[in-house]
Amino acid sequence: MSIWKYANPAKFMRTTDRLLPWLVVSAAVCCTIGLVWGFLTPQDFRQGSTVKIVFLHVPAAMMAINIWVMMLVASLIWIIRRHHVSALAAKAAAPIGAVMTLIALTTGAIWGQPMWGTWWEWDPRLTSFLILFLFYVGYIALWSAIEDPDSAADLTGVLCLVGSVFALLSRYAVLFWNQGLHQGASLSVAPGERMSAVYRHPLYLSMLGFLLLFLALLLIRTRTEIRKRRLAALQAREMRA
Amino acid sequence: MIALLARDLRLATRAGGGFGLGVAFFLILSALVPFGIGPDRAALAPVAPGILWIGALLACLLSLDRIFALDHEDGSLDLLATAPLPLEGAVAVKALAHWITTGLPLILAAPIFGVLLQLPPAAMPWLVLSLLLGTPSLSMLGAFGAAITVGLRRGGLLLSLLVLPLYIPTLIFGAEVTRRGAEGMAVQTPLVFLAGITLAVAALIPFAAAAALRINLR
Repeated sequence: MSIWKYANPAKFMRTTDRLLPWLVVSAAVCCTIGLVWGFLTPQDFRQGSTVKIVFLHVPAAMMAINIWVMMLVASLIWIIRRHHVSALAAKAAAPIGAVMTLIALTTGAIWGQPMWGTWWEWDPRLTSFLILFLFYVGYIALWSAIEDPDSAADLTGVLCLVGSVFALLSRYAVLFWNQGLHQGASLSVAPGERMSAVYRHPLYLSMLGFLLLFLALLLIRTRTEIRKRRLAALQAREMRA
Repeated sequence: MIALLARDLRLATRAGGGFGLGVAFFLILSALVPFGIGPDRAALAPVAPGILWIGALLACLLSLDRIFALDHEDGSLDLLATAPLPLEGAVAVKALAHWITTGLPLILAAPIFGVLLQLPPAAMPWLVLSLLLGTPSLSMLGAFGAAITVGLRRGGLLLSLLVLPLYIPTLIFGAEVTRRGAEGMAVQTPLVFLAGITLAVAALIPFAAAAALRINLR
């Protein structure tokens, strides 16, 4: 038993077919409970009701970064071991990551308006998220621009590797360039800065919900990509016949 | 390698517009900025370092697709790929040729445009030095973008979308050196970072660009 047997598209389709309903249901349950519970938390004594946006903002921001890491790993697997499912999973993840980045930026702006008095500030964290969004857009655009699926997978893989290095580099270059307004770690475990349990528990739940939601969407999108690939192969065979 | 460099330089000069276009674009940009934000010295001087750096970056971007596109069309890229010279070396040489034809004229012309934009005289040497250290990495990253998009029919817009985010660190440190120079502050830290980025890019990006070229020539 090795994990690589799931690289077989047929095996992948069979397994995910059974897995998907469970994932969808648990994602829906965790997101619903996490967000509703988060919405019913008491108002913060300084931030008032705006604190509740954290239950959307932090999970989306967390996923935005981790989806890029997942794409990096998937691209590496494709480049090293040539498993097509891996390349298609990276392709399927990119738009989800871009949307997560956009959610984090938008909810941040909505929160920043009453709290910081501005929709946008050239703060290092905000700026590096904007840069991350640009990398997502470039990656998606490159996928859609190349016709041959294998070279598209190869080229986007190379772009993802180089882009990862530069996204990280930009993150620290931006830190040098401007001092921040954004608070430090949202989920610090240091006793003094730790978030109160009232907010922490629903936040964990909605983070779990976002993770499950991403996995469900990823599997659905990857299955679509595999079917699209099969359809293209069938059509090509028909054309030849 | 030297033969390839000489060939690329000859092509750039004789095909017309290789040397001049980037500088002309830079001139137009520097002339347009005062129309946009007003001729006031107090308004121009603070933004001059950033405008000059962005101008250099955009002028560099204009000629990027020429690094590989023409060679791809007439087939000489295939010859380069099968030549005994490693493709990584060929990529590095072609990026160097691009730098000599666009980066170097920009650096030489930059102080003049600095005068136009009211850049303080104290910042001039730092502007030239930061461009000297930074523009090679712009050419090298551009060669990577050009290598990725070489086979595409509508690669131009995509090329800028892919390459411009990669330029952010260089731009940050390059403009920071010039800005600190203008204000008479210590420039050592951003200068070292800028040089570090350029060296790392020059050492690593040829491999990524050559990999992309091999995929496109497959």
